[in-house]
Amino acid sequence: MRIRPVGTHALLLDLAPPEDIDPAAPPSRDTEVAAAVEAWRAELWHRRELGELVAVEIVPAATTVLLDGVPDPPVTAALIATWTASAPPDGTMTAVPTAASAPLVEVPVSYDGADLPQVADHWRTDVPGVVRRLRDTEFQVAFCGFAPGFGYLTGLPAELAVPRLPTPRQRVPAGSVALAGRYAGIYPTASPGGWLLVGRTEVTLFDVTADPPALLSPGTQVRLVER
Amino acid sequence: MSGTLEVLRAGALTTVQDLGRPGWAHLGVPRSGALDPAALRLANRLVGNPEHAAGLEITLTGCELRPTRATTVAVVGAEADVRVGQRPGDTGRPLAVPGGAPLRIGPARQGLRCWLAVAGGIAVTPVLGSRSTDTLAGLGPAPLRDGDLLPLGTPANPPAPVDVTMPVASPTELRLTVRLGPRHAWFTPAALDRLLGTAYQVSPLSNRVGARLSGAPLPRAVAGELPSEGLVLGAVQVPADGQPLVFLADHPTTGGYPVIAVVDDVTPLAQARPGTTVRFHGPQR
Repeated sequence: MRIRPVGTHALLLDLAPPEDIDPAAPPSRDTEVAAAVEAWRAELWHRRELGELVAVEIVPAATTVLLDGVPDPPVTAALIATWTASAPPDGTMTAVPTAASAPLVEVPVSYDGADLPQVADHWRTDVPGVVRRLRDTEFQVAFCGFAPGFGYLTGLPAELAVPRLPTPRQRVPAGSVALAGRYAGIYPTASPGGWLLVGRTEVTLFDVTADPPALLSPGTQVRLVER
Repeated sequence: MSGTLEVLRAGALTTVQDLGRPGWAHLGVPRSGALDPAALRLANRLVGNPEHAAGLEITLTGCELRPTRATTVAVVGAEADVRVGQRPGDTGRPLAVPGGAPLRIGPARQGLRCWLAVAGGIAVTPVLGSRSTDTLAGLGPAPLRDGDLLPLGTPANPPAPVDVTMPVASPTELRLTVRLGPRHAWFTPAALDRLLGTAYQVSPLSNRVGARLSGAPLPRAVAGELPSEGLVLGAVQVPADGQPLVFLADHPTTGGYPVIAVVDDVTPLAQARPGTTVRFHGPQR
């Protein structure tokens, strides 16, 4: 882990192996990096809850965790360097409230997405094969971004990564379940989007009156069950 | 003692802003809030509000409002004409507005944005702890439209005993202090020289999300895509065209282009009209 300064009030914990700066290197360690990100996210949220860490924002992402609103970044960086984060066995020891305090969120999905045949081609299987795989995968929210409540779900192996559409759709309906790279995601609201559509759900993903407002917050375990 | 503020003319872009909704970035919720929080805080103090009360952020063309009841307002930020009924008023001091009198602000003579505080604050329903309009994620109230009626809160304190404050300077050239990183290693040494040694111009495509700049492109030393990572206010992101973009209050929470540097204080950019010259300087080089 490297800790990079970001401006005057933030730190970036970089968990990517150094060779990943070479994009030609194979993304073989994706799963380990994602596990390290999740372990550090949980560790840092826990430390903040205990009052051992002051940070306004703790933002996990693909290979990093950003701490923003840190009063004294050099002191905090030195402190973090003395901590370790071990990956929880199955994410059950997340110290922060995940959606509805439940370790697992089941999202009922109608698997009728327009791009299922394309995903089947990439995966060298048929459409029922894609649906079975998605239905049986244990996903976890690695991080949120793109829009409030949009969770990047990990759980698919690196060899099942799929490309984005060459030209994004003008409008992807809310509730669309989609794939891009090694991630699955669900569009909380209608928006333009280039992910491959595999299905849709009626579940509300982001509700400002709910606590927490996002159904899928980082660390949450997710199953995309067939409706 | 509360009342309503009627929007007679909303102008190009007038939004409700307070100090934003920090603490939700991990769910993809931008910070939002006034682009110059110190200006909004001052306007609030002038009318006797708590500093975090919601006011209006008014862009360039100004706006026209009418309170249903007598109230006190203050305008801080860009140099703009203020009129209460037929009487000229000043920015930077508390102004009494009689009930039913039209309050006209702007257009800005210099600078781009000003912040209006009204005694009691704009009392729209908060969303995730803030009344701010988030133009990226669409949270909070929509930008004002003609005919909108905004609820006002109950004034807590009398207006501040202040005669006049200094107007905010809006120079034609901004010098912004940056710290390099976190991804400056993704750029060539020539890119770092250009960033710190050449002038950039504020592009007309700038908005509350970010100040887009045009000038010498910043070439990459590392090709390929950066995995998405968290962004901070003031991050200087460099997309594929090499033209830097400085993120402002409505910035996305994560991004996939490398951040070459971070600006210490972005508030001067809130007043930077398109064409304004921006120079970056950093202590490291």
